[in-house]
Formats: sequence, structure tokens, C-alpha cells
Amino acid sequence: MSKRAKLGLALLLPLLAAGCQLPSFGFFRGSTTQGQSTFKLIQGFMLSSFVVGGIVLVLILWSVFRYRRHKNQQGLPRQSQYVLPLEIVYTVTPILIVLALFAFTVVTENNVDAVSKNPDAVVNVTAFQWGWRFSYPGQGVVVQGVELEDPMMVVPAGQTVRITLRSTDVIHGFYVPQFNFSRYATPGYSTTFDINVNQPGVYRGQCTQLCGLYHSLMIFRVKAVSPTQYRAWLAKTAATERLTGRSVT
Amino acid sequence: MTDVITLPGTGAGVEGPHEGPVGGHHAEGEPTGFLKWITTTDHKVIGMSYMVTSIIMFYLAGIMAMIIRAQLVTPNNSLLSFHVYNELFTMHGSLMLYLFAGPFAFGGLANYIVPLQVGAPDMAFPRLNALSYWLYLGGSITMLMGFLTAGGAADFGWVAYAPLSNAVNSPGAGPDVWILSLVLTGFSAIFTGVNLIATIFYLRAPGMTMFRMPIFTWNMLVTGILILIAFPVLTAALVMLFCDRHFGTHIFSVQGGGVPVLWQHLFWFFGHPEVYILALPYFGIVTEVLPVFSRKPVFGYKGMVFATMAIAALSTGVWAHHMFTTGVVLLPFFSLLSLLIAVPTGIKFFNWIGTMWRGHLWFSTPMLFCIGFLLAFLMGGITGIFLAAPPIDFAVHDTYFVVAHFHQVLFGSAVFAGFAGFYYWYPKFTGRMMREGLGKAHFWLLFVGFWLTFTPQYYIGMEGMPRRVAVYPTHPGLEVWNQLSTAGSVLIAVSFAIMLVNLWVSWRKPIVAGDNPWDAHTLEWFTTSPPPHHNYTHLPPIRSERPTWDYNHPDAPSIGHGGRVHEHHLLNGHDGDRVGATSAPTNGHESVEPK
Repeated sequence: MSKRAKLGLALLLPLLAAGCQLPSFGFFRGSTTQGQSTFKLIQGFMLSSFVVGGIVLVLILWSVFRYRRHKNQQGLPRQSQYVLPLEIVYTVTPILIVLALFAFTVVTENNVDAVSKNPDAVVNVTAFQWGWRFSYPGQGVVVQGVELEDPMMVVPAGQTVRITLRSTDVIHGFYVPQFNFSRYATPGYSTTFDINVNQPGVYRGQCTQLCGLYHSLMIFRVKAVSPTQYRAWLAKTAATERLTGRSVT
Repeated sequence: MTDVITLPGTGAGVEGPHEGPVGGHHAEGEPTGFLKWITTTDHKVIGMSYMVTSIIMFYLAGIMAMIIRAQLVTPNNSLLSFHVYNELFTMHGSLMLYLFAGPFAFGGLANYIVPLQVGAPDMAFPRLNALSYWLYLGGSITMLMGFLTAGGAADFGWVAYAPLSNAVNSPGAGPDVWILSLVLTGFSAIFTGVNLIATIFYLRAPGMTMFRMPIFTWNMLVTGILILIAFPVLTAALVMLFCDRHFGTHIFSVQGGGVPVLWQHLFWFFGHPEVYILALPYFGIVTEVLPVFSRKPVFGYKGMVFATMAIAALSTGVWAHHMFTTGVVLLPFFSLLSLLIAVPTGIKFFNWIGTMWRGHLWFSTPMLFCIGFLLAFLMGGITGIFLAAPPIDFAVHDTYFVVAHFHQVLFGSAVFAGFAGFYYWYPKFTGRMMREGLGKAHFWLLFVGFWLTFTPQYYIGMEGMPRRVAVYPTHPGLEVWNQLSTAGSVLIAVSFAIMLVNLWVSWRKPIVAGDNPWDAHTLEWFTTSPPPHHNYTHLPPIRSERPTWDYNHPDAPSIGHGGRVHEHHLLNGHDGDRVGATSAPTNGHESVEPK
């Protein structure tokens, strides 16, 4: 083994070792089953982009530093223009990489978009200028809040929650960063997706699609609690709302 | 000068050296000054007018960006009201995309350069060309008039999603003048597209076959075709929107049975080809500059042409990747086509690297800007691959990750490559050189500012900060990265102040450029700087895509397939040209690089 090859291996090994403990690269690891699936895809894309982008970057920097014109350089470089085998290689290789990325994308996409036939809880989410309404069909519970009230959507942790999203006025975006997921709320039709929140906790959500003057303030929270606490909350809130005749935030 | 073609109707020695910011001679009795400007049909004057107007739009939109960045310095800044903030990012995007990036390359550079590169005396339809510019100028002024209306300028984002853009949610004249402005500039783009396509197909000089056209001209041809595909759809959608706002139709409103998502389909059917309408001309610039400053021909010329065509073809089938999160588009189809665009773009990258490979690279200002483009576009392109995967798009859709991505792509092309072209052709436009020292200062400040502005935005997006928000949570991470981003934008602003100084210095203390200061390859460098009224009094023989280079380097002519030298074509004259000049060129046109 030449000295240079040894050096290369010495540099590569720690990288390979680090590869086994993949970092998050700054992305959320995903607090839902769906979000975790997306996060794995992001990691795969990150790694392949480091490899491909790294090769291209090294080639660019190499040409820039290696082939800079020297002082008093005489003559002209060889006027080469076509190397057909090379051109075929750099056309076919990207096609293969893209197809591989596409295959992983489709698998993840099907996981993320899968809708269960028997969800454990159902929430109808309605976006409006500039707030959110979370209604629990059959439970007599409606949570609603505008601008700075940050309404709270309570869901059971570890269970499948079906969300049906709609809008009453303009297009809004239902986005919870830690779930690695967003979906437009569009007037005229509703869309449905499932979330399985893994851990109890409070997650920040926000409208992502520009919806007018107070778009910046259209914030909500998702609170995941244990299924027992969830049922207790439903019962208590339903009773409060019957008594006061008003929804809570 | 026995080896050049003397064009009929022109005599040698008629045209002399001359000065002035706008090229072109005038015969006796023709108007001068302001009257000349408003009556001209000269593609060079029109091209220059386009460039000046679009650069003014660029500076205005840049000032808006600075105000936006100032608002985001702290999480709950009260510098701007929500309404003003929404107006500013809408107008920043609209000015940059509709009134700068497209018109600068397609109306400005292409107008000036394409007729020169194909050896034509002017555009095919000079009067239509003048109409294009006046529509564009009128449209630009109309757009800015929005600020003078009672309700202020349009504030629904540059994409104007229905039903936010209807009369109920966005009342007032501001949105109406925005629509009107885009209809005007849209027609301007369509007319320029028609004009360029006709010029390229019908006005090429003898010997300028399609596969001897410079890549810049090729890219403008493909861009012209894309404009004819995309812009009529936008214009139609804008008319529908206007009818919804004023004539009681319900095309995009649910209440009357309309479909809001239809707007997104129509808009992005325009909007995604538009992204390549904004990128392909700039790819063309880079493909002109890199070979000249590497002193080699462009590597894989034909692959480059086919890659451009592939990008254009794919770009008409990817519009719904902007709509992954609507929940009503066929994800795999649009995802695959979007990912596939990486292939021809990758081919371009390898061809650019191949062009530099084993060259003699000369890092003049235009070359530095091209390297800046390569690095910016590499990062922007790779993050584009991420966004082409629907699940990843779900995770960062409408966040600052997307903002960072498209700024790296568009800033990379329209600013780095755009100003590479501007520095490269400035000697041709004016007959003067810009100062290298100031040009390099411009580049380095811009380069550092660019990365400092947009790299933090990826992280801001990963943290979940949506785009188009005026306030954000008090979260130490978000605050610091936003401040870094604002600091970077200040560097960008300073760098563009330096460019103004450079223009001023070159105006006050001219350094004469000569015809061909870069020892360049293509036809426009064969004529004087600036070119005479009808561009050429004589042409060199056109035997490759580098006629000026072949003429100046008879000992190192262009090499074709498999290393076969074009020289034997010259000696035998059997390649079907309509020109009688068959003798090998002599070195009668030596150019010297400025120190």
C-alpha cells in the first residue's frame, strides 16, 4: 500500500465510523412514526449528497487551483472537446443515482401518506383567518383560538390519530416542524392523514402558507398525552363546553 | 484582409472608433440623444435599455430585501407593520423574478448579444423589439405604481395564490396594477421570444450552422421556446384572476363552484418553466465565459446543447412539485420528473469542469463570478434534489429551507452568472474596461455575503421557521442565525455599491478596451467595441463554434470529433457553406490581453 493510499484510508476510516452513528444534520428526528420515516430518508439523501456533491466540489476546486494560469505561461492548452466514454459515464451514473433515490422516496412516501382504517382518535382541523379549530367528532369537544391564543390540539400518544384538514377561507398550511410534516388546508376539499405521536409532549405548530395580514401569528400547539389522560381530557372539556356553551382554546 | 467576407452595402473604413455608453453609429439626419432612445429599433440600444432598467429593478428589489432582513434582526421587531412586511416580500419577489432576472438576461443580454453572435445586422423584427422594451418599461412602472395606491402594493406573495388574491381578501387597486403589470411584461417576453427564435432561425450569417452557434445563443433559442410555452398560460391565468376580481366570475372561488387549486396548476405550469427561463440564459453566459478564460473550447458542446433541451423538456412536466403538500397531486410522477432534471444539470456541471480541466485559467472578474456561480448552484441544486422527494418536501415546505434553496439557485444564476456576463460583455457594450481591482472586491464581498446570508437560512428552515413571517419565536438558535443572515445581506449591499463605483470610474476615466480584450471565441468579438450600427462590415469565415478564435489562432484551430482538425474543411471548403472564402486564415487580427 502506498503512502498516499494509507493516508487516504486513515482519513476515510473515522468518516465511515461516524457513518454508523448518523447525525441529525440539523433536522428534526421526527416525533411521529411518519416523521421518523421521513427523517431516515433525509439522512440517506444527506449522505448521498455529501458523496456526490463532495466529488463535484473537489473536481471544481481541483480545476480552479491546479489549472490556474502561471506567469509567463507560453502556448495554449490542448484544445480538446469530446471524450465520449467519459460523457456516457457522467450521463448514466446520475440516472442510476436518481432512480435509487426515487425508489427510497416512494417507499417513505407510502409510509407517510398511509391512512389507517381504524384510527384510535379522529380530529377535524379547520384553518381560518387567522386561527385554528380542532373538533373531536362524536365527543362534543371543540377547541378554537385565533392569533395570539395558540390553541392546543390534544391527541393520545402512541396511538393512530386521523386528521381531516379543511379551510373556510384561503389556503393555510398545517405544519408541525417536529413531525416533519405539513399539509395545505385548502377551501373546497378536505385532506386526510394519520399521525402517530411517539412521546407525550407539547409540539409547536404554525401556518406555513401565506394567508393574509396575520399569517405570522397563526400558531397552534399539539399536546400528546397518554390515552387515559386523553379520555379524561375529552370528558372534562366536553362537560365544560356544555356548561359554558363556548369552546376552549 | 483577403480572408474576410465583406458584406454588401458596407465599405471598409466607414466606421471609425467612437465612444459613448450606448453603442451604435448614426447616419446624418438621424436623431440623437433622447429622441434617438425613444425612436430606436437598434437591438443594441434596446438591449442596453433593458439592462439598465432591469438593473435599476434589481437595486430596488435589493433595497426591499435589506429592509426585510432588518425586520428579522430580532424575533419581535416592530420596524415594519405586518401589512408593509407582506407588501415588501411580495414586491421583492415580483421585481427580482419578473422585472430583473428574466428581462436582464432575455431582454438585455440576449437582445444585445444574440444578433452579434449569429452575425446578423439586427433582430428579425426590430419594431416588435422596440415594442417589447416599451411594454416592459411600462409594466415595470405599473408594478411600482402599486405603492402609490390607497391600499398599498400587492401583498399576497409573488405567486398570488387564489383565493387570497381575490377581491375579498386582497381588495384595492394595488393587486390590480400587479396583475396589469404582469400582463404587460408577459407580452413583452412573448414578443422577445418570437423575435429571438426568428432571428436565430433565419438571420444566421453564412457558415453559421446550428451546431456552430455559441451555447449562449442555443440557450436563448431554447429559452425562447419555453417562453412561448409558459407565458401565455400565465397571461391567461391573470385574465381569469382579473375577471374573478371584477366581473363576477368564479373560476378560482369555491362559492361559485370554482377551484382554488386550479390557480396553482396554471401558475406553476408557467412558474416551473419560468424557473428555467431564468436559469438557462445564465447557464449560457457561464458556458461562454468559462472556455474563454480557460483558453479552451467548451467541453462536450453537443452534450451541452442536448442537456439544455432535456432540461427544457422536463421543465414542462414538473410544475406540481410546488404542490406536493396540497394532497391532490400524483406524487411519484412529479417527483421522478423533478429528480430527473438533476441528470442534464449534472451533465452541464461535468462539461463546465471538463472545460476548465487542463486549461490555462485566467481569473479575471467574469471568471471569478462564474466560479461563484458553480459553487452556489451546486449547493442550490443539491438541496433541490431534497425538495423533489415529497416526504422531505413535507418536512420543510414553505420554510426558510426552501427560501435558502431557491435563493442559492436564482442568486447563483441571475446574480453570479448574470454579472459575470455583464463584466464579460461590458467592454463590448461600451468600448471601455471595468477596473479589475474593484471588480474583484465586488466579487469577494458578494461571495462571502452570499454564503453568510443564505447558508444560515437552511438551518432556520430546519428549525421550522416558515417563510413570509415578520416575527418568529424567541429561540436563541433562530435569532443568531437570522442575525448572521442579515449581516451577510449587508455585505451583498456593499458589494453592489462597489459595482456602482466601478461603473462610475470606468465612465469618468475610460480605459479603451479594443475589439477583443479577452481573446474570446465568438463572433461578437470580431467587430468593434461598441459595434457599428449594423454590427459588421466584414465577417471571418465561420468554420466552427469559435470563428473569432480560429481567425486569431490559425495555428491552434478548433478541434472537432475525435481530434479531427477543422482545418481540412477550410482548405477543401466542402462542408456545404455558401461562402466563397476557402483560404486558411492568416493572423491579421492579433489581440493582446490587457495587463
